[in-house]
Amino acid sequence: MIKTREALKEYKVNAIKEKDAVRCRVLVCAGTGCVATGSIKIYEELKRLCEDDPEVSVELMDHVPHVGVIKSGCQGFCELGPLVRVEPYSYQYIKVQLEDCKEIMERTIKNGEPVERLFYKMNGEAYAHPADIPYLAKQTRITLENCGNIDAESMGEYIAAGGFSALEKALFEMTPDDVVNEVDKSGLRGRGGGGFPMGRKWKQVAAHKDADQKYVVCNGDEGDPGAFMDGSVMEGDPYKLIEGMMLGGYAVGANQGYIYVRAEYPMSVARLKLAIAQMEECGLLGDNILGTDFSFHMHINRGAGAFVCGEGSALTASIEGHRGMPRVKPPRTVDEGLWGKPTVLNNVETYANVPGIINKGADWFRSIGTEKSTGTKTFSLTGAIENTGLIEVPMGTTLREIIYDIGGGLKEGSEFKAVQIGGPSGGCLTEAQLDEPLDFDSVKKFGAIIGSGGLVVMDQNTCMVEVARFFMSFTQRESCGKCVPCREGTKRMLEILERIVGGKGEEGDIELLQELADMICNTALCGLGKSAPLPVLSTIKAFREEYEEHIRDKKCRTHTCTALREYKINPEFCIGCGKCTKNCPVGAITGARKSVHHIDSGLCIKCGACKDNCAFDAVYVEA
Amino acid sequence: MLDQSYYDKTDEIIAQYGRKESSLIPIMQDIQGEYRYLPGELLSYVAKEIGIREAKAFSVATFYENFSFEPKGKYIIKVCDGTACHVRKSTPVLEALYKKLGLSKKKHTTDDMMFTVDTVSCLGACGLAPTMMVNEDVHPAMTPEKALEVIKKLRGEQL
Repeated sequence: MIKTREALKEYKVNAIKEKDAVRCRVLVCAGTGCVATGSIKIYEELKRLCEDDPEVSVELMDHVPHVGVIKSGCQGFCELGPLVRVEPYSYQYIKVQLEDCKEIMERTIKNGEPVERLFYKMNGEAYAHPADIPYLAKQTRITLENCGNIDAESMGEYIAAGGFSALEKALFEMTPDDVVNEVDKSGLRGRGGGGFPMGRKWKQVAAHKDADQKYVVCNGDEGDPGAFMDGSVMEGDPYKLIEGMMLGGYAVGANQGYIYVRAEYPMSVARLKLAIAQMEECGLLGDNILGTDFSFHMHINRGAGAFVCGEGSALTASIEGHRGMPRVKPPRTVDEGLWGKPTVLNNVETYANVPGIINKGADWFRSIGTEKSTGTKTFSLTGAIENTGLIEVPMGTTLREIIYDIGGGLKEGSEFKAVQIGGPSGGCLTEAQLDEPLDFDSVKKFGAIIGSGGLVVMDQNTCMVEVARFFMSFTQRESCGKCVPCREGTKRMLEILERIVGGKGEEGDIELLQELADMICNTALCGLGKSAPLPVLSTIKAFREEYEEHIRDKKCRTHTCTALREYKINPEFCIGCGKCTKNCPVGAITGARKSVHHIDSGLCIKCGACKDNCAFDAVYVEA
Repeated sequence: MLDQSYYDKTDEIIAQYGRKESSLIPIMQDIQGEYRYLPGELLSYVAKEIGIREAKAFSVATFYENFSFEPKGKYIIKVCDGTACHVRKSTPVLEALYKKLGLSKKKHTTDDMMFTVDTVSCLGACGLAPTMMVNEDVHPAMTPEKALEVIKKLRGEQL
């Protein structure tokens, strides 16, 4: 039990002692990405090898070196998993396979020698240490400082790494108002999309002095397709999120905390549950924490597959057991939130920033990032880029630095076309914006939003009209149906977009889309609806000529839109074998045996069966 | 009619969350976790037990995409169609599965109740796009061929 400040201090001393006793730490990444590529098997194999070897021990013993094999959170380099790092040598191994474990055991764990062939390589150069790899070296990891460096299932490791020191400081050295003011001074803005100053929210909830009950709610319903930062924090450093929420509870006078986690994140749910159980068991959650008057209880709610629940009032409605539909505001969540009580609602990354602010102070936090957007931002970097994964950079970093310096540029054969930022509520940034600083306000200027931080890089093979249709079909499907502009408007916009990619676009469609977009943005009830047209507007702005080509010329320059493809047979390659004729489901291909065949484009349904099955590559697509 | 064991199990789940309105969603989730779908009779029973109107319970259940009144297959395959997966060609993976299993956008579950194929908006493993999830396991970097391999393997496990 950790019931007093002294007990926490003592626990920390022991936890550090225990950590230092480990001569060698083997960190196997157990983030969703690496687990998918088989890291749990690697973890088990390395653990088994260590257990079976008489020269090392996984238990703490005096006479043999102690090896710790640990499942860590996301180490960030998702595409190159399974990842294994061996400390204290700081060797970073990538794409580790079962058969590599023995060599890691013999050479690195037992003798401290590197296994060079498992190093990350770029342009012919091998990188031994994470600190040398440009992808990792150019990041500033604050929210993610523990993620990938500690055992995500061990409270002791979190405490040894300085965990709960902010809570301790707040409880014993600061008044609740001090905590609110520090957060306010730090300029921390909500990382979930809106960028609303967190301090202001906290002040408003704290001001409800006579409320009989207040709540702290965490939005872990990271629904933006292409974003997985919050999931990584929940599964990689769950304690930090909980500590951030507890600081919120102390600051505003709430004793109940709820985390609403997406149903698609089973690992986040499992790790959070475990963390809460461990903390309850030792008294760090519950009544009279560390012997003070502060009590805090945590609850987890699993989402049930409704994107709109990322909206504040829909999320609280869902926790209460209702349909997750937003309501008209005001009253706002800070005044009447969960069960009608004053509620602090922030997202995962925002809470994870709070312990650092309390520990190191608002001035330290303000020294990172830009004046109006302080601190760092995590992004999930995906798409047609060399290094995909989870990154964290100071606010105000340019897109070019992120894509080229950290992301390693585009994949071979790809040319940069656009970056989709902010998911279905965001927009596209193009070449012209590569050198603009990424912060809340500058991105807004270009008709996009930072959003929760999904960055999907698109190359010349991506059809921007199709991308717009994709997002619109997503928001249309996820519209809760409560307000007319969103329910009917997104449906109409989707119909027009489907018409355009289907080769039936009409003159005036672009203007009609813009008109509908303007109406929806101005009249929809909640953020989901208001921002739903943004991907369409921003692609029209930046790639209007692509829309025009689809509508006027019935052409898709990327060959993405099936209906606009034209299949042709190259007479130089066709030997007249007749295979395509047999495969064609609609009898559109004719030609005599051993002579060049022909596709009747009027009959062709563009299924591609002829192209897929031609042994001579004689069928090609003309755009 | 469902047999008594279903009601006993449901009682157990209700007891765990308590007879209150806010327990509805977690109760439905656990029932679905147990039976891979949400039997309508059980939902009516839950509504009565926790003291809410039946209409309310059904309105909530139909609002959220995760709840299904139709029985689902032993293996629930969710093909990710998030942005990253979409631009890295997740559609051919879905189509290959549909074709192999004789399923479509309208028909999600095979007649032998082995496989259910759905899409999902994001699995949070975008770095490994395109991905799909089989029950709770995420499979990375899918291609139509790899997806069919997975099916073959799951079928093999069954034999």
